[in-house]
Amino acid sequence: MAAIDAATAESPEQKPLEEVETVVVRFCGDSGDGMQLAGTQLTNVSAVFGNDVVTLPDFPAEIRAPAGTLSGVSGFQISFSSDDIYTPGDEVDTLVAMNPAALKANIADLKRGGTLTVNEDAFEKSNLQKAHYDHNPLESEDELAGYRLHKVPMTRLTRDAVEELGLSQKIADRCKNFFALGLVFWLYDRDPTPTKEWINAKFGKNPSIVQANLNALAAGSNYGYSTESFTVHYRVPPARLAPGKYRKITGNEATAFGLVTAAKLAGKKLFYAGYPITPASDILHELSKLKNFGVRTCQVEDEIAAMTAVVGAAYTGELAVTASSGPGICLKAEAMGLGVMTELPMVIVDVQRGGPSTGLPTKTEQSDLLLAMYGRNGDCPLPILAASGPGDCFQMAQEAFRLATEFMTPVILLTDGYIANGAEPWRIPAISELRPVDVVHPEGTNNGHESDFRPYARNEKLARPWAIPGTPGLQHRVGGLEKSDGTGNVDYSPENHEHMVKTRQAKVAGIANHIPEQTVEGPESGELLVLSWGGTYGSNRTAVRECLRAGKSVAHAHLRYLNPMPRNLGEVISRYKKVLIPELNTGQLRLLIRSYFLVDAVGYNKIKGKPFLVSELVSKIDEVLAS
Amino acid sequence: MSTDSSALPVLTAKDFASDQEIRWCPRCGDYSILAQMKKVLPKLGIPKENFVFVSGIGCSSRFPYYMDTYGFTGINGRDPALATGVKVRRPDLSVWVITGDGDALSIGGNHLMHAIRRNIDLKIILFNNQIYGLTKGQYSPTSPLGSRTKSTPMGSVDNPVTPLCVAIGSEATFVARAVDVDIKGLVETLERAAAHKGTAFVEVYQDCNVFNPGAFSYATDKKIKEDNLIYLEHGKPLIFGKDGEKGIRLNEMKPEIVELGKGISEDDLLFHDEKAEEPSLAFLLSRMRYPEFPEPVGVFRDVEKSVYDERVNAQVDEAVQNKGEGDLEALFNSGDTWTVK
Repeated sequence: MAAIDAATAESPEQKPLEEVETVVVRFCGDSGDGMQLAGTQLTNVSAVFGNDVVTLPDFPAEIRAPAGTLSGVSGFQISFSSDDIYTPGDEVDTLVAMNPAALKANIADLKRGGTLTVNEDAFEKSNLQKAHYDHNPLESEDELAGYRLHKVPMTRLTRDAVEELGLSQKIADRCKNFFALGLVFWLYDRDPTPTKEWINAKFGKNPSIVQANLNALAAGSNYGYSTESFTVHYRVPPARLAPGKYRKITGNEATAFGLVTAAKLAGKKLFYAGYPITPASDILHELSKLKNFGVRTCQVEDEIAAMTAVVGAAYTGELAVTASSGPGICLKAEAMGLGVMTELPMVIVDVQRGGPSTGLPTKTEQSDLLLAMYGRNGDCPLPILAASGPGDCFQMAQEAFRLATEFMTPVILLTDGYIANGAEPWRIPAISELRPVDVVHPEGTNNGHESDFRPYARNEKLARPWAIPGTPGLQHRVGGLEKSDGTGNVDYSPENHEHMVKTRQAKVAGIANHIPEQTVEGPESGELLVLSWGGTYGSNRTAVRECLRAGKSVAHAHLRYLNPMPRNLGEVISRYKKVLIPELNTGQLRLLIRSYFLVDAVGYNKIKGKPFLVSELVSKIDEVLAS
Repeated sequence: MSTDSSALPVLTAKDFASDQEIRWCPRCGDYSILAQMKKVLPKLGIPKENFVFVSGIGCSSRFPYYMDTYGFTGINGRDPALATGVKVRRPDLSVWVITGDGDALSIGGNHLMHAIRRNIDLKIILFNNQIYGLTKGQYSPTSPLGSRTKSTPMGSVDNPVTPLCVAIGSEATFVARAVDVDIKGLVETLERAAAHKGTAFVEVYQDCNVFNPGAFSYATDKKIKEDNLIYLEHGKPLIFGKDGEKGIRLNEMKPEIVELGKGISEDDLLFHDEKAEEPSLAFLLSRMRYPEFPEPVGVFRDVEKSVYDERVNAQVDEAVQNKGEGDLEALFNSGDTWTVK
């Protein structure tokens, strides 16, 4: 308890508190070290304090790769700011590395002069070998000289802090993430109350574990202000966010909230069928907690069953949804086609990850756009939306159901691993702000006699009636075979097929008249338009803003509607001499834009499983402007 | 005419006929199954609009188009999954799955197994003709080893699967077999399936007179069928043969054919118990295949267990009871919140 004694002996005011605007912290360690937890807690306390926050969890696909190895390194990056921010930051200000492998894998992202805090105890021979170090970098004279290095014996200090509780060493060592967190809390002057409450709630049944984690947290903070190692700490004032009540939300949480909200607004109970897949499983988890909203979740035998069950539930009049990622979406393709053919409303969420095949399960990518557009047999169009950030998933999930039910069609919502797992502050909407979802089912005849019901009659939006089983007199058959328009009977005739293919196409195309027109940030016309879509909104917006402040002739348009695209998009694009399309793929949107508008758009394509850095976008913008 | 609006209209087989032209080959076994189904449904006391027929792909899967009920012809093999979506949302509906040996056991084998083990309240009728008919004559998972078909000119090299074994192995609570032209037996079996709460799995031997004619002639030919079939009756001994002269006896867990008389009485025979909690007996019966044994027809197994669609919905009810009806405002405001002024 030496650290605590020392702390009480000195006044914390002796160390200067500097004010800074934006800070980027990354915790990294073994996947069993609790780094995601430490990152989430720092996010929570920062959000509750009133900072704007953006997070970037980065974890391996292996749940517990061999301890100490490079493949097992798990990281969690958070940026918190007194300004409004849209990215988790290009460079890290403070890196906490729990072992040599974590140091090796992450040191390149730490800015020169940044704070490097390492768990000194973990830098022993076997860990160094596992990280492929032939020496101890902490003992090297110049290797880490460019950083403010703090060698902290975290394992030993954590053991000391929990000693009085008589826990096994294994349990004691598990608390060291809270030691690291406590140290960061001190370093950035964070109020630990939300974390203390969380520890009490989470481990309440086991008082000694509660106490151990609280001790470790306190020991970490005390280490910061009592040792000479740290000479200064920082304060990040609250952000100037729009007035309102806020909470922190991840993209997957927001998607789940949006889906439930749409169902509630439509007077329906949500039906969800799914199969576990990274990074979409959290949507299933979140919805499974919400059964008191009438949500029925079925974890079924495979992706195909999930999609097909959704089609079945949609036939009964339910708001039905499934979520998956690339490999699962491939398996769903046939049943999605069935949804298009039977013209039933449903939502398919694709939380994109690195592909092809199993690819990079835990890393982000935007490479399913063309899969969403064309990944089914036949001419099989359906509307595609893409959320621009974690909070936007809430709105776009509702929008997906609005379009699905208004136009009687499956709708794909694209998110990605980055925004699905990333968190940001979310202004809690008032119920009155939410857009209603109106659903009408035709009523049947009361006498049970047949009526002249035409299941494929169409309204002005080309949508067919959504007649549901149990309605007297409206018995009808649907299926995957081509339909005769109007009656819905099986019809293979050449004229009918061409008519139906074009009708389904026209129905989806007509949605362009019922979605917002494209807006731009920056000048209405000029040298360069940066056109982005989906989860890269934050980095593109930040990069363009930076260029605008520097007086460059550049504007930003961000697409959330990919099919159909906003009806004025071609006209918007024509107002700029050049178009740059940054994407986390090899150029899928660019392919569409070039073919739709015959414009010589330039791509900036990153396929590394990581989001864009603002700096690399700014460089590319400069390059295109100069060309 | 009754003025009581709650009284169900009296329905007949005709009420269940759709206006669609039936496109099965002449003398296809499917006609008989369709006819018996139309006879059975009006007797169930269920309003017509509460029936949903779901199918996959194949000749049998055209079935929903010929019924004037709600119907959904899905995609190949996925019908149990599609029906699951229907039934979970609407447990009040009577949901029937019409499938074939290829649809249910090959491309859709996975879904069949999982629907059955969940015991979702579906009536699954598998038309087994041991051939792919709609794709014009390839062997199916139930075709005997060595079957010469378009895709196996030298004979198939696949071991076949026995549908009822799959069902019982998947913990089916209701398992039965019927023969397409045995009108009385088929009607009774369909009625029993309809009465069962939970997954009812019925295999119907169905003659494809174009691509696999006579596959079940041993079970349909009047001259020999009595020697090749055993009509199962709960609590009764397993007796067969034209004059009831033969029976099945257990010998060290193996069935054997014995002749009655000559010191062997009915009491020595195996007695059928469709209510047995353990499925071992039903499985043993399902393993009895022609020509080694007479094949049992009728209900192999009929036990009561909790039902998937009810369990799903019960959890929703329980959640509402414990937490109250979901409130969006409370949901949005859950967890840590803060206010910006």
